[in-house]
Amino acid sequence: MNRLSTTINGITFKNPVIAASGCYGFGREYNELYNINIIGGISSKGLTLEPRQGNKGIRVWETASGMMNSVGLQNPGVIKFISDELPFMESIGSVIIANLGGSLIEDYIQGIELLNETSVDFIELNISCPNVKTGGMALGIKNDIAFEAVSLAKKASKKPLMVKLSPNAENIVDMAKACEAAGADSLSLVNTFKAMAVDIKKRKAIFENIYAGLSGAAIKPMALRMVHEVSKNVTIPVIGLGGIYSVEDIIEFIMVGASAVQVGTANFTHPMIIPDLIKGLEEYCIREQIDNIMDIRGII
Amino acid sequence: MKYSKLKVISNKKISTDIFVLKIANYCDNIQPGQFYMIKSWDEQLPLLRPISVYNVEVDTIHFMYRIVGEGTSKMSLLKKGSNIEVLGPLGNGFPIKQVKGKIALVGGGIGIPPLYETAKKLLELGNTVDIYLGYKDELFAFENFVDVAHNIFVTTENGKEGFKGYITDIFKPKNYDAVFTCGPEVMMFKVRDMSEAQNVPSWLSMEKHMACGVGACLVCNCDTKKGTLRTCKDGPVFLGSDLL
Repeated sequence: MNRLSTTINGITFKNPVIAASGCYGFGREYNELYNINIIGGISSKGLTLEPRQGNKGIRVWETASGMMNSVGLQNPGVIKFISDELPFMESIGSVIIANLGGSLIEDYIQGIELLNETSVDFIELNISCPNVKTGGMALGIKNDIAFEAVSLAKKASKKPLMVKLSPNAENIVDMAKACEAAGADSLSLVNTFKAMAVDIKKRKAIFENIYAGLSGAAIKPMALRMVHEVSKNVTIPVIGLGGIYSVEDIIEFIMVGASAVQVGTANFTHPMIIPDLIKGLEEYCIREQIDNIMDIRGII
Repeated sequence: MKYSKLKVISNKKISTDIFVLKIANYCDNIQPGQFYMIKSWDEQLPLLRPISVYNVEVDTIHFMYRIVGEGTSKMSLLKKGSNIEVLGPLGNGFPIKQVKGKIALVGGGIGIPPLYETAKKLLELGNTVDIYLGYKDELFAFENFVDVAHNIFVTTENGKEGFKGYITDIFKPKNYDAVFTCGPEVMMFKVRDMSEAQNVPSWLSMEKHMACGVGACLVCNCDTKKGTLRTCKDGPVFLGSDLL
């Protein structure tokens, strides 16, 4: 009996635990720590058509039960991803999600066209990165801009299109509906919250971009609320993320409607958390006599 | 690299705000200049702290750290038997096998500790090791360094011990085959520039805020001639001439 399997857009995950984009590279590093073939899926480091060196200055800042980052989509570009990183991801045998970001819609389309010809299972369209000055964030905030971008992306994509939503959207439910109407096959939410920190000695912002993205346990209750609201208002599958640190957190996200979850920042706090969570979920199902974890999906 | 939950063997204050933490040695091959991500607290502080290896004994690993913030402050409260989580060894370490001959180690402040294990290993490999240590005012670990140096030079900013001034005031790279340095960036880059002027290669151990410690999250960016590299995985030790 596979108690943990979940199917999204026709793709079956062996369990609902996915490594969140930006927190897990392409899997290589954590594979040195444990055999990552146990994982349901891996969402790649955010890719852009061209390689990016990322942001200057401080890129990480710890906060109470959270952290802010301002990496700025440092990545090798889609072409290098396909030649250098994808073969490794294929060797793992888990669902491969290519997270694709950018600042120009033409770049998204070209990236999608390149990824269409590969083995990736999903394209996760990042319309919500707070750390890139143009594009990313505006796309994730304004419904009409998002609608247009997702429509074009959907037209170009031969892969299921998962759209990653920003909690900074003007209205998360309207944004989700706009993406669904534009043809998104599934939604993942939430990305980081736009936040900031100040160095009072230097009397200036910690981050060169002033604002950065907040993640970690601090955002979980807000992320959970948004996943609940969105799940009640769309018919496409929703993947929940934002501050997941425990089996109980995952159960909460599933109960409010998530078909899978992504785990990001918690990997830094507990390097072995992903195997621990998967084992814990299996034990939960046995204890609660649940045949499949999705039996409790959306019960709230 | 391994992740382990261990008990603290000891955690002793050796100077103002400076502590030495000892844990059981569960690793076979630790390179001098490598570090561990360490945590001894709950999730309110989500990140582990990168601490370099000070000394490796057969049964124990020693870390010397300074209280600089909330994490190291919590770490300073650890007692024998306290729970601690460690991930490591991480990073590349100093290239002790790539160098040979007369080696200078230049340390400043809390950059001094990793040079102890480095000096030990360089001596074992038959090198001549001169050590330059720059302190603010109070010496720490100095007596241990005496045992692993052919010559040792010390500065304090107020002149309380050794020469008065910065270590770069007295460091002369001319007769060395290689220089390893760890400490404040401004000091290390000066050491690099002085060494380059004498055609002596230098290696710098960089310090950055880190999150994962294993090379996945890309927050510990280091700008090099080869592009933006990861301090935790591609470093923390970089060839001086590669750094921008």
